Amino acid sequence: MKVHVLTTPLDDEAVARLRAGDMVRLNGILYTARDAAHKRLVETLSRGEPSPIPLAGQVIYYVGPAPAPPGRPIGPAGPTTSGRMDPYTLPLLERGVKGFIGKGYRSDEVKAALVRHRAVYLAAVGGAAVLLAQHIVSARVVAYEDLGTEAIRELVVRDFPAIVVHDIYGGDAYLEGQRAFRQHP
Amino acid sequence: MVREISVAHLQRKLTALLSEAAYRLPDDYLKALQEAHRREAAVLGRDIITLLLDNAALAEAERLPTCQDTGMAIIFLEVGQDVHFVGGDLHAALNEAVREAYRPLRKSVIDDPIRRQNTGDNTPPIVHWEIVPGHHVRVRVLLKGFGAEMMSRLAMLPPAAGLEGVKRFVVETVEQAGPNACPPVIVGVGLGGSFDTVGLLAKKALLRPLGTSNPEPHLAALEQELLEAVNALGIGPQGFGGTVTALAVHVEAAPTHIAALPVAVNLNCSAPRRAEVLL
Repeated sequence: MKVHVLTTPLDDEAVARLRAGDMVRLNGILYTARDAAHKRLVETLSRGEPSPIPLAGQVIYYVGPAPAPPGRPIGPAGPTTSGRMDPYTLPLLERGVKGFIGKGYRSDEVKAALVRHRAVYLAAVGGAAVLLAQHIVSARVVAYEDLGTEAIRELVVRDFPAIVVHDIYGGDAYLEGQRAFRQHP
Repeated sequence: MVREISVAHLQRKLTALLSEAAYRLPDDYLKALQEAHRREAAVLGRDIITLLLDNAALAEAERLPTCQDTGMAIIFLEVGQDVHFVGGDLHAALNEAVREAYRPLRKSVIDDPIRRQNTGDNTPPIVHWEIVPGHHVRVRVLLKGFGAEMMSRLAMLPPAAGLEGVKRFVVETVEQAGPNACPPVIVGVGLGGSFDTVGLLAKKALLRPLGTSNPEPHLAALEQELLEAVNALGIGPQGFGGTVTALAVHVEAAPTHIAALPVAVNLNCSAPRRAEVLL
């Protein structure tokens, strides 16, 4: 299995090297956003107002972290289910977001849009929240503080592990992985 | 003979129980996960199971929640009919226990499904009461993550759907859930009752320790058959393919109406937070 060490923001070249099923280790900045932040962000953009965070080349992590214990930057922080963010994903792709990290299936519409906009969908291991938080060096709220765990945070990560699910060629690591073990007709 | 139990005592016990569930996954689950590691045919699947075991050990050692989603607190209270709660407001005590236990945990509860304001302290819990003979109180909790909860389903099947209809619905639910429910999952199945109770049966099925079967032989056989059918889906750990999609299928059944075959499937993720205590 291929492992790519990447630094955000991502450019087209870096994204083009990724294939469904590859592992990545992310370094640099990730922006957190889940349900409520997506709703507010996309409403802001649709009114023509500026985004509170940079979007071009950026990677968004679908997570609502646990509170930071004393002396740590963040609490356990595993991925949440990505499909709930499908209705908000196209406007973000149109503004140049290059990667999304979460877990679970995406809609056909999002899969096609990822190909069109040359962006990738990555999965982090759900339920490995404590281990994943160890790769987060720092965290600060940069927008929507009133949303609590759902606020947008800027995370600085080191070797944050994820698996490429959807690449820019239409590859699907879930489909391909499951096919080998499916015993139903 | 009436036994008095102070609400303060119940509150202390419940706070400790909720915390224990958040920081420490049940032994029976960890044992089942270790066995699953030996059984899993996919290399990535085995790696993911190892990560889950490492994560559980680290969470317990550092007293951190195993998953950031510590869910809604679902509290089951079996109260002996000879018990009298004294010394304060029982419901306020339950809320206070949740408030206290969730202080270091994520607050995931909103006040209203439309307004969606976070209550800020993870209250209220969901509470199920049952009056039973005797003078004990059995407290069981689930810290139910909503990734798996969101993939759960309920159907009012007609009797003609029969056992085949039930099997199809259960397998279909796990298939649709795929990686969203964080497999390997535990599948709680409720059969019978009415619209409102079949979901509760499915949830109660998740309270049962792994490695136990329904005492009714035909339902125990159904559990085994469903487990094999679900694992034949090939979804595998985190949906990347494999032979272990579910660790167990638990079925709970109840009497129902001549017109109906209600079925509910409540999924639990690979971080099944569960604990119980007897007062």
